[in-house]
Amino acid sequence: MEFNREFILGCSAIGAGLAVIAGIGPGVGQGIAAGHAAAAVGRNPGAKSSITSTMLLGQAVAETTGLYGLLVAILLLFVKPLFW
Amino acid sequence: MHALLLTGSDIDVMVHGLLKYSFFGHEVWITTTHVSLLFVMLILIVFSIFAGQAIKKGAEVPGTFQNVVELIVEKLDGMVEGTMGKNATKYRNYVGTIFIFILFSNIAGLLGLRSPTADYGVTFPLGVITFTLIRFNQFKYHTPKEIWADMCSPLPPWLPIWFPINVISELAVPVSLSLRLFANILSGTIMMALVYGLLKWFAMIWPAALHVYFDLFSGAIQTYVFCMLTMTYVSNAIGEED
Repeated sequence: MEFNREFILGCSAIGAGLAVIAGIGPGVGQGIAAGHAAAAVGRNPGAKSSITSTMLLGQAVAETTGLYGLLVAILLLFVKPLFW
Repeated sequence: MHALLLTGSDIDVMVHGLLKYSFFGHEVWITTTHVSLLFVMLILIVFSIFAGQAIKKGAEVPGTFQNVVELIVEKLDGMVEGTMGKNATKYRNYVGTIFIFILFSNIAGLLGLRSPTADYGVTFPLGVITFTLIRFNQFKYHTPKEIWADMCSPLPPWLPIWFPINVISELAVPVSLSLRLFANILSGTIMMALVYGLLKWFAMIWPAALHVYFDLFSGAIQTYVFCMLTMTYVSNAIGEED
């Protein structure tokens, strides 16, 4: 079956849009982490700095899956699909 | 480049080749990444020379510059010691070096350069170095028997069903480390390129606030995360050796 160039470009744009849906998960996860960190600071204000650094580390690790989605979207948009 | 987004606009996020040369019959390019890496290296080398001289003279009552240098070194050493404990002495040089290097690479977007870390060819070697350190320390501080037992870990060592999965998860470490850094900086670069490319004359002055987030904050966080994960993996590989 033959597809023309515009069809494939349009499909790759749709695929890129679908790929960034992966951003939902890290958003929820980071929100949960920040909420628990806020609760922890409320319980123990003395440990604020170490709680903050732990929270940022965990959030950055959780962000990775969302970034994989972003990466797939970027590959679909900027790298030639099907070697065109 | 792809025609999808870029027809008639000047959004520019890609690495460009500047100079082509032949390397044993292969076509190799000097790219914008090399140029920005050279700038970063130049800044760091000049800073290190001046810092070294300031420390060598070492006044009893330190001047401003000596104070700043001592502050940087103390903060970096404190970070390494807080994470690695007694193993810190061996790794504070390496971790401090990659911290400053990655930080300056991420911030290079502020100087109008394309951040070198927005090129996967820069971040992947950093991940590979971390992977090498992990494996080296594992083989240095553990016997092959312990490593085998660790690789089959949830099940006993005579039943290596989990071995392939553990191998994959070990191999995923450098890939995920380098992709995390790369994708974060690349997304910042693309956002700034979109702001400047699509808004044209309207993008005056106020994008400075975006630069603070995408270049400074995101870059610093990712630098911290990369170094923290490197230190955590390496001290896990060393284990509880007395």
